[in-house]
Amino acid sequence: MIKCKTSKAIGGMGHSVKRKEDARFIQGKGNYVDDVKLPGMLYMDIVRSPYAYAKIKNIDASKALEIPGVVAVVTGKDLEKYNLHWMPTLMSDTQMVLPTDTVMYQAQEVAAVIATSRYIARDGKEAVMVDYEPMTPLMDAHKALDADAPLMRPDKEGQTNNHIWHWEVGDKEATDKVFADADVVVKEHMYIPRIHVASIETCGCVANYNKVENHLTMYMTTQAPHAIRTVIALVAGHVGLTEEKIRVISPDIGGGFGGKVPVYPGYVIAIAVSFLTGAPIKWIEDRSENLQADSFARDYHIDVEMAGTKDGKIQATRFKVLADHGYTDASANPSKFPTGLFSIGTGSYDYGTAFMEADAVYTNKPPGGVAYRCSFRVTEAVHAIERITDIFAKEVNKDPAQLRFENFIKKEDFPWKSPTGWEYDSGDYEAGLKKAMDAVEYDKLRIEQAEKRKKGKLMGIGISTFTEVVGAGPSKDFDILGIKMFDSAEIRVHPTGKAIARFGTKSQGQGHETTYAQIVAEELGIPYEHVQIEEGDTDTAPYGLGTYASRSTPTAGAAAAVAARKLRDKAKKIAAYLLEVSEEDLEWEPGKFFVKGAPDKAKTIQEIVFAAYTNHPPGMEAGFEATHYYDPPNLTFPSGAYICVVDIDNETFEIKVRRFVAIDDCGNIINPMIVQGQVHGGLTQGIAPAMYEELIYDEQGNILNGTFMDYLVPTAVESPSWETGHTITPSPHHPIGAKGVGESPTVGAPPAIANAIVDALSVYGVTHMDIPITPYKIWKKLKEMGKI
Amino acid sequence: MHEIKFKVNGVEQTASVEPRLLLVHLIRENLSMTGTHIGCDTTSCGACTVLIDGKSAKACTILAVQANGKDITTVEGLATAEGLHPIQEGFKEAHALQCGFCTPGMMLRAVELLEKNPNPTEEEIRWGISGNLCRCTGYNNIVTAIQYAGAKMRGAELPSTEPEFV
Repeated sequence: MIKCKTSKAIGGMGHSVKRKEDARFIQGKGNYVDDVKLPGMLYMDIVRSPYAYAKIKNIDASKALEIPGVVAVVTGKDLEKYNLHWMPTLMSDTQMVLPTDTVMYQAQEVAAVIATSRYIARDGKEAVMVDYEPMTPLMDAHKALDADAPLMRPDKEGQTNNHIWHWEVGDKEATDKVFADADVVVKEHMYIPRIHVASIETCGCVANYNKVENHLTMYMTTQAPHAIRTVIALVAGHVGLTEEKIRVISPDIGGGFGGKVPVYPGYVIAIAVSFLTGAPIKWIEDRSENLQADSFARDYHIDVEMAGTKDGKIQATRFKVLADHGYTDASANPSKFPTGLFSIGTGSYDYGTAFMEADAVYTNKPPGGVAYRCSFRVTEAVHAIERITDIFAKEVNKDPAQLRFENFIKKEDFPWKSPTGWEYDSGDYEAGLKKAMDAVEYDKLRIEQAEKRKKGKLMGIGISTFTEVVGAGPSKDFDILGIKMFDSAEIRVHPTGKAIARFGTKSQGQGHETTYAQIVAEELGIPYEHVQIEEGDTDTAPYGLGTYASRSTPTAGAAAAVAARKLRDKAKKIAAYLLEVSEEDLEWEPGKFFVKGAPDKAKTIQEIVFAAYTNHPPGMEAGFEATHYYDPPNLTFPSGAYICVVDIDNETFEIKVRRFVAIDDCGNIINPMIVQGQVHGGLTQGIAPAMYEELIYDEQGNILNGTFMDYLVPTAVESPSWETGHTITPSPHHPIGAKGVGESPTVGAPPAIANAIVDALSVYGVTHMDIPITPYKIWKKLKEMGKI
Repeated sequence: MHEIKFKVNGVEQTASVEPRLLLVHLIRENLSMTGTHIGCDTTSCGACTVLIDGKSAKACTILAVQANGKDITTVEGLATAEGLHPIQEGFKEAHALQCGFCTPGMMLRAVELLEKNPNPTEEEIRWGISGNLCRCTGYNNIVTAIQYAGAKMRGAELPSTEPEFV
């Protein structure tokens, strides 16, 4: 049971209060970007390349411009006049806004059509004639560094091949030595394919430049409105659009998952066109554009090795990654982390030696390397370590649960320094796995499996015991384009004791309007229903880096607690003044200060706040508000123990996830209902890449499944009935002991599912399969192995 | 241009539309009722689901002219003067929505499902909403919300909506 310090009426931490934001969503009164309608608004549609790699010989817009209602057709050459045809990426690479001579991936933006309605804009798009000279694209990352590979980025001075960067961490020499001396070494090549977040709302914007005021209001689907405002100012400052003249409004967001962090060309074109025409410009992607051109996730080729003793003690791991970034490095990582937080990949296990390296290359795929509901490449790392741990267990002939118990970092060993430089804050991995095994009845399942095997039936049990790293991040290491990754909260309490709190983050479904109100309620005793939460308007909210990488609770949630505590300190002074006692004589219980030993002598928070405006102590500043910018001392390290049970049909190889038990530890819990909802959703985005989703390209660079007809987002039928639970190991450094949780299940679920499927197929001698694992892939594998 | 006459949420409407105009754009743009959403271009996601003469339909694949003479219900028409529709109440009680984008379509689909099958099993619900995608909730709580609404509409005992996050 979760213990609550506040009453249900106050609704502080631990209460499953219903969400405040739901009222508008269930009545069709949400306000998403496509709902924004401004007088005189024009619509933009984008002409896209049918080729993955081609020279643009000519763009003929004359037929389009003859269509009544088509206002303009914008090309790269037009933007070049204002030096707006290229833009910087978040990783300090460069990306075309519109090309002037070469297209680098299929569905790349080639020209923009501006018209008086979205239908006419689409007509105009069809009428723009582009003459291409196709070239043979580079689609295989393994061939990117071949001598005869086409040079993807001749525009970059000094770039003589397709190599972007090399990264490494850990002790190579020591690792090599452990491997050379080890009893047992296992290795596997794993491909973590390119996938797409596919939030149900696509990306879009309404750019509204007011010529008279020289002011831009940008309504856009962004997870990081403040950072975007700064980026716009940096890119457009030279045409007079400075930061105080830019207002970014991120309205209700229909799911983000990382896909709404980057700046896409469409946004920039819309701003440029609004700037030039003075009219508001609306651009809303359709689904196919979203899947084919917006930043992808993953696309990591990983060689992973584990060394250990023959009785099953892990001694070292070695990772080598080839990262396919498409034609530009437009990842959304903190600046110093080109592979994101991949170095968490040593996992939940107690060993001291590891080495990891990665090389990134350019290809003719769309740009990116954004997250798919994960904290910067953690999913790739966790998949590799959890799979290789199972392979190692098999090699030394141990049950994978037993092997994990024998190798876990013990709860008393925290804070724990990982061989790749992290300091894990807290965890109790053993308790989590025990709880998951009890819930699923692990021993019984193994007996059932043995019996089924005798009858020739395929059943598998898979475990994943992962460590996440979220809450970027401490300013000494974490920045995006130089801006430190703190986050902020500003709380104002009105004279009648009701509050408004504003944040630098931006909910995309996480329920911030409820959970942040609960944090303020916990700290100040003001009922959560009377704490209004606002985010997403850069004119009113304090600066922050936004919501992604499970950072909202670790950063802005902490800021809310600290700001509220500043107010509680002030409240204590006012209470002492009102009660005519010294501060030391006062004690706090949620909602009031009372005199020690005389609980009737008390002042409620509402009385105290009223006094702050009507009768404040002499010499004290009037009013009742506080702001805090929270710079976390460390990241938080949530963990989980997941167990998946699958049955596989012997003939069709159809995979049925019979049970999935997820025990998550995200430290102290603000709202169990919301945390559970996050876990359900995350698990579904875990089964998705494990069994269904992959963006597939052919050799010519055509995307073969760029629509919702063939990119398989799981429905209610594919998704199992998730079984969830928790353990609580508070973060020792976080003000309310919380950790992030939204992404843990997406990180932890795929290896549990893959391990279960491989376990089922181990009767055929299968030791590994790349995700997504489909009936066809199983059939093909067994055919190749000569087993069927 | 075609003159069409139809009802939306019980209110008579007329419109002069191009033959190619999609019903979803008629609702969103011409009538400014933005609760009906657009999530794809292939009739796959169901974010645009409305009821046409009581049957759920994806408004992104129906022409506005096909709505001539029809009675359309959108999310804005679910609540009445007496309060929320049981499906709306169920979605809130069971935490069956997160970003809210798929929610209107999902609820309207569920209304027709419960109309035809007032007490569906979990499996019937899962198949029944398989034409509607949700990327946030993982569907568990949507199933509960639909069971809740069904129970409420039948006057049966309401299922628990407490999180089983123990």
